[in-house]
Amino acid sequence: MDMTYAGAEPKMARRKRSAIARHAAPYLFISPWILGFLFFTLGPLVFSLTMSFYDWPVVGERTFVGLDNYRTMISDDPQFWESLWITVKFAAIYVPFNIVMSFLLAMMLHNITFASGFFRTAFYLPSVISGVALVTIWSWIYSKEYGLLNFMLSLVGIDGPNWLGDPNLAIVAIIIASLWGLGGTMLILLTGLKAIPKELYEAATVSGVPGWAQMLFITLPMLGPMLLFTFITSIISAFQQLTIALLLTKGGPLGSTYFFAMYIYDNAFKYFDMGYAAAGSWVMFIIVLALSLGVMRWSAAWVYYEGEVRQNDGDGHA
Amino acid sequence: MRKTLLYSALILLSALFIAPFYWTFMTAIKSTADLYQFPPVFWPSEWHWENFAAAWNKQPFGTYLTNSLIVVVFSTIGQLISSSLVAYGFARFRFPGRDPLFIVLLATMMIPWDVKMIPLYMEFNMLGWINTLKPLIVPAYFADAFFVFLLRQYIMTVPMEIDEAARMDGANAFDIYWRIHLPLMMPALVLVGTFHFMNAWNDYLGPLIFLNDQSKYTLTLGLSMFKGLHEVDVTSIAAITVILCLPPLALFFVAQRYIMDGAVGSSVKG
Repeated sequence: MDMTYAGAEPKMARRKRSAIARHAAPYLFISPWILGFLFFTLGPLVFSLTMSFYDWPVVGERTFVGLDNYRTMISDDPQFWESLWITVKFAAIYVPFNIVMSFLLAMMLHNITFASGFFRTAFYLPSVISGVALVTIWSWIYSKEYGLLNFMLSLVGIDGPNWLGDPNLAIVAIIIASLWGLGGTMLILLTGLKAIPKELYEAATVSGVPGWAQMLFITLPMLGPMLLFTFITSIISAFQQLTIALLLTKGGPLGSTYFFAMYIYDNAFKYFDMGYAAAGSWVMFIIVLALSLGVMRWSAAWVYYEGEVRQNDGDGHA
Repeated sequence: MRKTLLYSALILLSALFIAPFYWTFMTAIKSTADLYQFPPVFWPSEWHWENFAAAWNKQPFGTYLTNSLIVVVFSTIGQLISSSLVAYGFARFRFPGRDPLFIVLLATMMIPWDVKMIPLYMEFNMLGWINTLKPLIVPAYFADAFFVFLLRQYIMTVPMEIDEAARMDGANAFDIYWRIHLPLMMPALVLVGTFHFMNAWNDYLGPLIFLNDQSKYTLTLGLSMFKGLHEVDVTSIAAITVILCLPPLALFFVAQRYIMDGAVGSSVKG
């Protein structure tokens, strides 16, 4: 208690100093992020955009080539279009499956009480392990002769195909292996389901609203922000797909799983054509950004934020 | 009736999610004779625990493990300190430029890693960091956008009166962060630490791009290289895979309460 008195003496001087400190303090607290943003995000972005206008080998002369990298890519490089097409195909299947399956699992978990923790954990476990481990595990499951999958198929009398050797099936194999890790998405949706007030359902049931309509007019709209979030993160991760393809199929067979991210990776670290690779990465960035913004704009039609209801209370907006 | 159906479906589905783990473990422990049986052996006749030690000694996996641990421990410490400081700054102060900066922070989450991978490689190359563990550790000391977001949401649930009271008692901004918010954030910090630990431990592309020498490999990179060279040594690959999966799985079970309590999900909504 004596200490407070001792400290009270030079109060005026301290107050002045603390005024300056008070203005600087917030910036000091966020300075790690600001520095990190400059050195590990903004700097690299500007750098790679610059590189994309250059012929930029790792060692040796760099020359300014303007838009040539982009022009070559679009008009002269079949691999650009092929890898982009494979990635789009992958995303078009993976993203909806990821969200719908996660949603169905979350719904099932939401409707049980006994052992729900166990099942939740079971579905989440694969999301915890490394992509390297995941690929190792799935490469055996898909093995033509000793694989678990073909053994299961043989039980029902199907002669299992060569999953990783067939150009049509390899991408399916990658999609299945990726979906094994849907636990994170499921968890987010499950949390969303739990946050929906029970009274809404009770009121609907009392008014005789059937189950499917409750799902359509209560569950889905209330889950809107979560669905939007998982939608966007799924798109981003689908476009970045690299680890699984790199390790499970190495882009093959016959280039059937040669993803866009792998195309960028190869240009950079196999052919050391840094400028060209940087241009590719910017194409990816722009596509992902356009898709995310498109989804967000489109979502305004179906995402419901709780704040809205207070503003136009009672106008019947679902 | 409906419940029975639901539980049957759940049991079947969860079996699909767990079976691959079971299969990998059994592959690691089987005898070579059991390995190439068709139909496959689901319950091995003999349990060969020594397979683990044998696999471990086939490559310097001890070195890889040490490297992985160095990366994980030091980057997790950095991530916890930096992200919580930044989150506190955004949550508790009004200052010019706060909201635009926070939007920028959120936007950085949408940047694909591929765009940064090439310039970062060049940047680290100029710094002479290629083939060291620094590129895998140092960036963690500069806060991660997602973790900042998560922790900020958490701090904002703490009533402002607590800060006011502390300030009345003469605490400065750092005291309030250190003595009040850091202890209060513990559950969220466990979550951030767990997620970061898993990301760092499981990372493959970072080590692949930034490391060259075998002596610098992390466990993920070491396993993938070993797998590339000894594709037929299924038992050893399985054994190392099991070892690689154990730390994140163990950590998950310890931190499960925090993960499942939905700090992830609820933060999305805000």
